[in-house]
This record gives sequence, structure tokens and C-alpha cells, in this order.
Amino acid sequence: MTTALYIILAVVIVGSALGTIMSRNAVYAALYLALNFMSVALLYLFLGAPFIALVQVTVYAGSIMVLFIFVIMLLGAERLAASENLRGQRFLAIALGVVLLAILGTVFISRAELTGIVTPPTAVDFGSPRQIGTALYTQYWLPVMITSMLLLVATVGAILLTRGEGTSIRDNLKRVDEKEQADQEE
Amino acid sequence: MLVEYIPLLIIFLLAFFVALVVQGLGAGFGPRRPTERKGQPYESGMVPYGPGTRRISVRYYLVAVLFILFDIEAIFILPWAVVYRDLGVSGLVLMIVFIFILEAAFVYAWKKGALEWE
Amino acid sequence: MTINDLNTILPLVVLAGWSVVVLLADLWIPKDRKGWTAALSAVGLVVVLGLTLARGGTVQKAFFGTVLVDGFALYLDIIFLVGGLAGIALAYDYLKRMELERGEYYPLLLIAISGMMLMTYANDLIIVFLALELLSLPLYIMAGFARFNLQSEEAALKYFLLGSFASGLVLYGVALLFGASGHTDLPGLVNTMRAGTGNQALFLFGAALLLVGFSFKTGIVPFHMWMPDVYQGAPSPATAFMSVGAKAAGFAALMRVFVTVFPSLSDDLTPILWALAAITMVVGNVLAISQKNIKRLLAYSSIAQSGYLLMAFVPYANAEVSSDSIAAMLFYLLAYTLTTFGAWAVIIQMEQQERRGLEVADYAGLGKRHPWLGLAMTIFMLSFTGVPLTLGFWGKFYLFSTAVEGGFVGLALIGLLTSVVSAFYYLRVVVVMYMQPGDPPVKQNRWVNLTALLAAAVVVGLAFIPGSVLDLALQAVLQLQ
Repeated sequence: MTTALYIILAVVIVGSALGTIMSRNAVYAALYLALNFMSVALLYLFLGAPFIALVQVTVYAGSIMVLFIFVIMLLGAERLAASENLRGQRFLAIALGVVLLAILGTVFISRAELTGIVTPPTAVDFGSPRQIGTALYTQYWLPVMITSMLLLVATVGAILLTRGEGTSIRDNLKRVDEKEQADQEE
Repeated sequence: MLVEYIPLLIIFLLAFFVALVVQGLGAGFGPRRPTERKGQPYESGMVPYGPGTRRISVRYYLVAVLFILFDIEAIFILPWAVVYRDLGVSGLVLMIVFIFILEAAFVYAWKKGALEWE
Repeated sequence: MTINDLNTILPLVVLAGWSVVVLLADLWIPKDRKGWTAALSAVGLVVVLGLTLARGGTVQKAFFGTVLVDGFALYLDIIFLVGGLAGIALAYDYLKRMELERGEYYPLLLIAISGMMLMTYANDLIIVFLALELLSLPLYIMAGFARFNLQSEEAALKYFLLGSFASGLVLYGVALLFGASGHTDLPGLVNTMRAGTGNQALFLFGAALLLVGFSFKTGIVPFHMWMPDVYQGAPSPATAFMSVGAKAAGFAALMRVFVTVFPSLSDDLTPILWALAAITMVVGNVLAISQKNIKRLLAYSSIAQSGYLLMAFVPYANAEVSSDSIAAMLFYLLAYTLTTFGAWAVIIQMEQQERRGLEVADYAGLGKRHPWLGLAMTIFMLSFTGVPLTLGFWGKFYLFSTAVEGGFVGLALIGLLTSVVSAFYYLRVVVVMYMQPGDPPVKQNRWVNLTALLAAAVVVGLAFIPGSVLDLALQAVLQLQ
């Protein structure tokens, strides 16, 4: 039963990932990506990591998808160009990907005798919100504080790079236009 | 282990069937008299104008970024809320510091006018 | 327990806290008084420098062993903090002159230094990753500080995209190492590797991903493509700061992780490191020859310097040589920091509005019109080349001799030959300054001048006592666990 579910899920995950990179319409690609995020969240549930699944849904399928869609609409870039800017990059990417897989495969096969067995964590509720909360706020509280600093920097960066000092966006856009005109006149 | 999530599955199925029933009832019993006006895209009651795929303002970008940042903040508070009784005073102090640092981000955004639409 | 942990990393806590305070204080500092923000930040750095020195190099662990403070961290922290002071000195007048003045620059710089310091303390891969992000994010923003300037925006975007790609690789590497051993802390990883209970293939793959990720950050060929564009496009003080800070922190992370955890993988990794170091030295130096823009020239020079620094890593698994070679690398980092800040201080004084004054040809006549600046620039160029009587010479001397000691004569030879090649483009700057007529406009500022002259004096002064500096570096390394 679990295996059958897993196979269905795997097909959906791989299919939606392929759909993301192959769609010629950026909005469809984003929707495929949302499907991918949701099904990966289910995979996390399978692996016994409900909290990670929750994060996947709220942060990735929730807010990051919103940002993606906004940026696509912001750029007016629904239609992706049919041709590539770098000629042959698709072929090269596939070839290099295959090479990487081949190397990895060789390493894993040739070194099979070296692959020790890693014992998975035994606690029943490993990965539950309760366990994660305890770990985060006792052993790993320094990383949590660093993360909050990171969020602070990200906020400052987002505001700093989209808005000027005390000027409105409208003024900034005007400045960009003037600059472009001046550049063209040169 | 997955058995725990059967209620979740039931909710999903229920939502699906409710949607199906509502749509089905509408399609089955409602009269269908399509006119050109009715066939137009719904734009909150306004007469639609321009192409559907026009570019939106860059302001939405900032809104989306701030939304992500505070969403991640919420994600960190959630596991804390589950165990805060066990953590005791130290957990409370840590959360206060965490919130304080993010409050600095909030004050910064506010003072810079990032929360205003203009 | 918690208080003791905080006390161990007190300088970092003070610096990070102070950066938040300065960021908030800046919101109420009027636009024409941004000097206050710079001064507040500088005061914070001086205080933290005092705290760091007062604590000394005693080995202390904290936060359940995820953080390790030792002499190695002390040595690098001093470099970062002094570098931060230089970064503020270089930025203040420049930002004002180029109409980029925004108070956020200084707190962002403080946060970047917090990230670098955290990197030197890291004894756990989670901390390594977070420190990498904490130092990179402010640098991305600083690279894009000149908004409405397409080059600066391009620099910020390129740096951000490739930088986050590199972070992704590092994170994937960390995940694989965790998968291989069930540990993220370095001691736990070491024990698993020694006991041979982990998955060796995954270890190797994880180590390779970490190497690639940090190679991006430190600009090692073939992961250097972004550097010339970013160095050229970013505002000059930001470039100066990132060329020192990001590089030193990247090497600090490599040093900690590779030397402590992966000695048993040296059969596989040493040839790769050898090739990377050789190719980086060759490509960086050869491409620098054809550069006409001084910022691009220093970018390629910085790539070449990464190659020299990486050379110290090649014998990392050889216990007899590794402490010497890493001491040589720490020594070289000091020389590189001083020389880089000095050279950028001269460039900043030469840079005019609209990115004029950045061609090598613009330096014509600098030596005659402004003898002190010309002399300082000459010293920096000689130090980059590795001419005797400068700190750069001793740096290269120690690096090459430890490489020979470790049995890598070929690599040392490549280093020597590429140094000869590098003389060609470094000395061309000197030739243009003294031999060609011209009257370059120079925007003198006392802080920038002070940085340039102080750096020049120290580069020459320390060259007379290289032994004692190396001893300091060796002491730092011997405490590396």
C-alpha cells in the first residue's frame, strides 16, 4: 500500500518538475512548481517529518509561489522565448548532467565496500514539531538567532534596493527614465 | 505512521466533493442563457479593459518579499509554541530576543515607508 | 550555561547587537549627518576589537560544541575587525562624493563582519552555512549600493545569483555529509570518518560540493567568472571589503572543515586541490595582463591570489607540513589584506564621478604629482608581485617553501613562474605612474589617505620582522584542533 502510494507520488513529483522546466508559459511553469512543492510536502510526511512538510506548504507553496507569480507578472514574462540565448546550452546541460550521474554511479559502485550503514534516528517522534521545538530552543538556539539576523538583513536589502532614501517609487522610476534618456542621447 | 493523516485525507476528499456538488447543482438546475456580457472575464463587476496580461507595479514585489520574511518568522515561532511550557524562562527570553531582532526589521520597514502604498 | 556560552562569543554578540542598534539609530540620524552612523559603527568595531584582544587565544567551546573559539579564530578576527575599520574609512568619503550616501552601509558592514567572525568560530556545518549566508547577504546588498547605475545593479544581481547558487551547493554538501554520518558537528564527523562507519562515497561527494561552493565564494578557477564583473560594478569600497572579507572567511571555512574532517580523503582530494591551485594561478595572472581597467586588473589579481592561498591547502593531510603551510597561508592572508586595502584606498582617491579615472592610463603622472600616493601604490604593487622588502615577498616565500617541503615542487614552480608573469602587469601600473606625463585629479580625504599610508607603512615595516608574524600565525594554527 505504502509502496504504491509512494510510486504514484514519485511520478507526480517528477512529472511536475519536468512540467516546470518544459512549459513555454511561465505561469504554467509556476503552477507546476506549486504542484511539485505540494507533492514533495507529502513525501516529507511519508518520511515522518510533518514539521518539514508544514514548512514546505506554508513557505514554499505559500509565500515563495506568491513571489514567483508576482515577479512573472511584474516582468510581463508569461511567454518564454522559444529560442535560447546561449546556443546549445540545453544539450550541454543534459550532457553534463548525465556525466555527473555516471561519475556518481561509478563512485557508489566501485566503493560499495566502503559504504557503511548509517543508523537512522530511532526516536518515534523524531521530526515532530515538539522534537524540533526542543532541539531549536535548547541545543540550536544560536542558529535560530543567526537566522533572525539573516531575516533582518534580507528585509533591509529588499527595502534598500527597491526604494530610495525618502523618495517614492514614482520618483525613482522617473529618475531611471531620465537616466535612460540621457544615456540614449549620448 | 501515515494512518495519523487519514483525517487530513478525509478533509481533502470532503472539500473536493463539496466543490463537485456545488458545481454540479449549479450546472444541473440553473438556467443557462449565455450572453456576450456574461461571457466576459469577471473583474470585480467593472467592465474589463486592456489585455489580461499587463505588467503589475513593482510595489507588489516588496509586499511579497516582506510576506515571505514574516512567514519564515512564523515558522520559527510555531515549534516554540508547541514546547514553550517545557522550555521555561530561557525559552521565553530566547523568543523575546528573536522577536526583538525581527521587530528591528519591522521598525526599519515602517520608518522607510515600505508599508505604505503611496 | 547560557550565560557562559554567550560570554565565550561575547565579541560577536556585542558586534551583532551593536549593528542592530546602529541600523535603528540611523533611521533618526538626519540625512546630512550620516557621519554619525559611520562613527558609531567604527566605535563598535574598536570596542569589539578590544574585547577580542582581551579574551586572547584560549580555547573555549560553547553551544554544545557547535562553536569553538581558539587562536585561529583570534588571528582571523583581528584581520576582519581591522579590515572593517578600513572598510568604513574607505567608504565614508566615497559614498558622499558619489551621492550614494545611505546610512545602512555601515550596519550592513558590521553584520558582514559578524558573519565572518562566526565563520572562524564554526565547529558545526550548520554554523558554517549560516555564517556563510550572514556574511554574503550584506555583501550582495553592498554590491548593489549604487542604484540607478546599471553596472552596479548587474554586479549585485550576478553576485547574488551565483552566490546563492554556491550557497545551495554548500548546503547540499552539508546535507550529504549529514546523510553519510548522522552528524553535522565537526568532531562527530571526524569520529565517524576515523571509525569508518560512515558512507565514504557520500563523504567524498559532500566534500566535493563543499569545495565547489567555497571555490565560488573565494574565486577559484573555474568558478571565478563572476569576479571581474562584480569587482568592477560594485562601488569601490564595497569591492575592497568583499575582496578581503569574503575571501578570508571562505578560506577559514575550508581550513576548518578540510583540515579537521577530511584528512582520510586526501588521496582523492589532493590532486584536485593541486590542479585547482595551479589553474587558478595561471588563469588569474595571464588574464590580468590584458586588463586596462584597474578594478578588473585587481579582480584578476585577486583570483590569482586565491590560487596562491589554495596552494597552502594541497598538503593539508600531511600532518608534518600542514601546520606550517596553514601558518604560511594565515601570514599570506595578512599580507593580502593590508596590500588590498591599501591599493583600493589609492583607487578610491583616483575614482571620479561616472566611473572615470579607473583606467590604468589615468594613473599617468600620479607618482610625480602626488609622491606619497605614488609611493604607497608602488609599495602595494611590489607587495602583490612579491618583491623583497615587502610583506608580500615573505608571504610567497613561506607559501612556496612549505609547498616544497610537502613535496609539491612542481606547484611551487608554477607559483614562482606565475609570480614573474604577474610582475608584468603590476609593474606596468608603476611604470605608468612614474614614466608617463599627466596630472590626474585626486580627491584627497584624510581617512582614505590614512588607510593607504598606514597600510604601506605596515607592509614595509612588518617585512623586517616576518619571523615574529609567522610565529603568531603558527601559534594560531597550533591551537587549531
